[in-house]
Amino acid sequence: MRISCPHCGERDRREFYYRGAAVDLERPAPDAGEAAWDDFVYLRDNPAGVTRELWYHEGGCGAWIVVTRDTVTHDMLGSELASEVSA
Amino acid sequence: MRVGGKGLIDRTDPVSFVFDGVTYSGFQGDTLASALLANGVRLMGRSFKYHRPRGVLTAGSEEPNALVTVGAGAAQEPNVRATMQEIYPGLVARSQNRWPSLSLDLMAVNDLASPFLGAGFYYKTFMWPKSFWEKLYEPVIRRAAGLGALSGADNADTYESAYAFCDLLVIGAGPAGLMAALQAARAGADVILADENSRMGGRLLAESFEVDGKPGPVWVDAVLAELGALDNVRLMSRTTIAGAYDQGTYAALERVGHHSGRRTGGAPLETYWRIVAKRSILAAGALERPVAFRNNDRPGIMTAGAVRAYLNRWGVSPGRNVTVFGNTDDIHRTARDLLDAGIHVAAVIDSRHDGPLSDDYPVLRGAHVCDSSGRKGLEAITVRRASGEERIQTDCLAMTGGWNPSVHLTCHMNGRPTWQREIEAFVPTPGAVPGMIAAGACNGAFSTAACLRQGATAAEETLTELGFSGPEMAIPRAEDAPYVITPLWAVPGKGRAWLDFQNDVTVKDVKQAATENFRSVEHMKRYTTQGMATDQGKNSNVAALAVLADATGRGIPETGTTTFRPPYAPIAIAALGAGAEGQGFRPQRFTTSHSASVNRGAPMVEAGLWYRPSYFPEAGETTWRQSCDREVTMVREAVGICDVSTLGKIDIQGPDAAEVLDFVYCNMFSSLKVGRVRYGLMLREDGFVMDDGTTARLADTHYLMTTTTAAAGDVMKHLEFVHQGLRPELDVSFTSVTEHWAQFAVAGPKSRDLLNGLLDHPIDDESWPFMACGPVTVMGVQGRLFRISFSGEHAYEIAVPARYGASLFDILAEKAAALGGGLYGMEALNVLRIEKGFITHAEIHGRTTAYDIGMGRMVSQKKDCIGKTMSERPGLEQPGRERLVGLKPIGESRQLLAGAHLYDEAAEPVRVNDQGYVTSVCFSPTLGSMLGLAFLADGPDRHGEVVKMVDHLRGVTTLCEVVNPVFFDPEGGRVRG
Repeated sequence: MRISCPHCGERDRREFYYRGAAVDLERPAPDAGEAAWDDFVYLRDNPAGVTRELWYHEGGCGAWIVVTRDTVTHDMLGSELASEVSA
Repeated sequence: MRVGGKGLIDRTDPVSFVFDGVTYSGFQGDTLASALLANGVRLMGRSFKYHRPRGVLTAGSEEPNALVTVGAGAAQEPNVRATMQEIYPGLVARSQNRWPSLSLDLMAVNDLASPFLGAGFYYKTFMWPKSFWEKLYEPVIRRAAGLGALSGADNADTYESAYAFCDLLVIGAGPAGLMAALQAARAGADVILADENSRMGGRLLAESFEVDGKPGPVWVDAVLAELGALDNVRLMSRTTIAGAYDQGTYAALERVGHHSGRRTGGAPLETYWRIVAKRSILAAGALERPVAFRNNDRPGIMTAGAVRAYLNRWGVSPGRNVTVFGNTDDIHRTARDLLDAGIHVAAVIDSRHDGPLSDDYPVLRGAHVCDSSGRKGLEAITVRRASGEERIQTDCLAMTGGWNPSVHLTCHMNGRPTWQREIEAFVPTPGAVPGMIAAGACNGAFSTAACLRQGATAAEETLTELGFSGPEMAIPRAEDAPYVITPLWAVPGKGRAWLDFQNDVTVKDVKQAATENFRSVEHMKRYTTQGMATDQGKNSNVAALAVLADATGRGIPETGTTTFRPPYAPIAIAALGAGAEGQGFRPQRFTTSHSASVNRGAPMVEAGLWYRPSYFPEAGETTWRQSCDREVTMVREAVGICDVSTLGKIDIQGPDAAEVLDFVYCNMFSSLKVGRVRYGLMLREDGFVMDDGTTARLADTHYLMTTTTAAAGDVMKHLEFVHQGLRPELDVSFTSVTEHWAQFAVAGPKSRDLLNGLLDHPIDDESWPFMACGPVTVMGVQGRLFRISFSGEHAYEIAVPARYGASLFDILAEKAAALGGGLYGMEALNVLRIEKGFITHAEIHGRTTAYDIGMGRMVSQKKDCIGKTMSERPGLEQPGRERLVGLKPIGESRQLLAGAHLYDEAAEPVRVNDQGYVTSVCFSPTLGSMLGLAFLADGPDRHGEVVKMVDHLRGVTTLCEVVNPVFFDPEGGRVRG
């Protein structure tokens, strides 16, 4: 598998550390309530199809990136810097 | 038998080698199979299940029968295909799966019992008693059936892994691959041409074809010479492309050292490549299908293509009196090549009624070979025609059932091949692997001219996509014979007709599977083991499908194929793991004091990838406890030195450094004064403790964080995530400086005296109170000093740039000794911290909260932080939660054990009565007792109570008093002293 780093270009996935769904970027407000926090911390979709994931370019530039890919076709559909997604 | 005037071997370079203890001679360029055939050796192996005598069936990597063990001792390599093993001076090979010898194999009794050993036999027979399966049946069956074995010893041979990148990967260097590579290379694309054979050229080396009016091999050499001279081309022979993966990644195994007894320049035995290609052209050729008929597995019976390959490439005739059987015009091509070499062709048996005739040899049309005889090699065949059966004497039968395009790689990403009726075979489905185009025989084009055309067309298409343009190339002239086939899978009749030679699967087995309703191809495969051997059924899968289709009354396309998975050909695990074994798997990290510690006799223990001294034994000390106790007392009474450089150090700078720390730590850091250090606790977002450590404020916008040794990498990732992913607006940056600084703990009542003999400007309690930090000069070197303590004593940590670490350690050791102190290791460090109730990852093990470890009030109410919301869940603070306490043994047993569980004194020690567990224990020389840290239900409310510690594994029961986890100096006076 090859992942595109917005800084470094396309690299082998061994250079990256996998965190999980990009839901981790959508941190609720402290007072958002139990359901919102439960959803944020514990509940994840398991999509057959397009998914957005967080990867860390640990063996490279140190950027956290959001990778969009298709779990069925294995197509890489795009990658963005997490800092730009969250900004 | 060697024939004159043929072959690409070097007859001036004889090579001697040993097979089963006998020395033979071949020529440079021979494979083990061709050299043995040249020496008249037909029997090369025994079959998997029935121990039937077997010879070579093929001349390539798909060989199911001729598997041998090469070499001896630790490096012995089992299941080497004799058709792929090149001979070299000193090669030693042995046959496998026979006892006591290849020609007298007593396990061949299995063959007599074959009526009982068909498909499903094991499942039906060895069913009861149940316990006998593991203890008796399976071991016996496994011993009787099998292939070669590993030595069991560590293999010292070297393997490598490597990466390569290119615009175009061409897989296979036959006519299609060579043509494609040439065109792409001339257009300037970066090309890798990989071929699994030792010599490139594919079938052009094995046939007597001409290309452009030149003999095939001459044309091949000319193309290779041009390619080899180009900088943008890499030729990789002996390299099997074994798998196709996402985003143009291909796995390849290069057999670097198998063809030579002597490797030079540290060359590995094999290299596992990951090739990343923008595009690829699959030109993998086709594999010939044997025909199933009774006793079609005798040595001397082989595919017609293999017979031509041995003849044309190696100058070997596998027989003196050859018969040919098949369903395409390949039978005549085979007969003509044999006649040209002066070999007698006894008969050509054509299953078709309308095939061509010949004046040079007898042709029996509409006929089938239905049986063979000969004990350890073919002696005669039986031919059935409408007019009756006829026996023909022959020592070699060349058979062909047509060709199967090598579609394997196109199926590695879940693609399924398409059935093409005109050639009675599966062809690749276009687009099955993104970026890959199939060309030539693997795409169902079986004439040389068609291969050349398809290779060129595929290259043109690829070059256009990649944006290259090159000169249009003329397609060389070559044979363009049509391929006319009528299906011929299995000759009807009684007896066993082999489909899968390597796993001993017969037509009968497949039919039986269908009868027993294993009608799905995947069920049939598993019930019969068809295609499950190391050759993965390359010769037999399609024929087995055809038999199953026939038995179930369906067509072949409806029956479908099983799944082709990587690797295309077997790969040694050693090659897959190359570079990741031994220290490659687990690199070692050494501190600057490492050799000094080792020189003092300290046993080193692993801490993550680091190595740290366990203790420093002194003369007269015979146990670790003696050393440890002395070191603890030394720190409590004088001064001790310990290397703490392995703790993670993260340099945090920027205008928003304070804000980010307030967000990642549960307590406040923006309020920390410059020149002060604070203990910090970090939570995960689910509210549980992630890590702890001290963080120093070196300047207004400059902090230095320490992490535990084990969590340094995780914390770094976490900080970057919090910043980039959650708070990208903050202006701050993180740098790991763990290895930039050597840092030593100087601990004990005499620590300041020691430092003042070292620092360029002496310190006192006023300038360096508890938790102070700042720059210092150590004998002229700029360093940092932190007054922090993990021992509870008046203590410091002093840091200097790593290049001064080794010197400073020696100086500290010397000065400590002069003050009645010395070095201490991990054991003493652990005792010192347990005496003080300080936690490590034994306590913050991922399931404990700040509340559990007695730090609930550290979670600041003035701000949000990672983990705060979830840490406030009512369930995490409800009565009954297991919380940190100290334990002291009372009563007869004085033993405490980490991992043991706690129960009420009177309760039965069973799971439902569980009250908690012990995390850390030590013997405290300071207090003269074992001490334990534990998590106990409502622990802090139970100080003074007696609980029962039970270690069920070691059979120890100890009564303990529950106490404050800070056993020693609970007021903390010493640390300020």
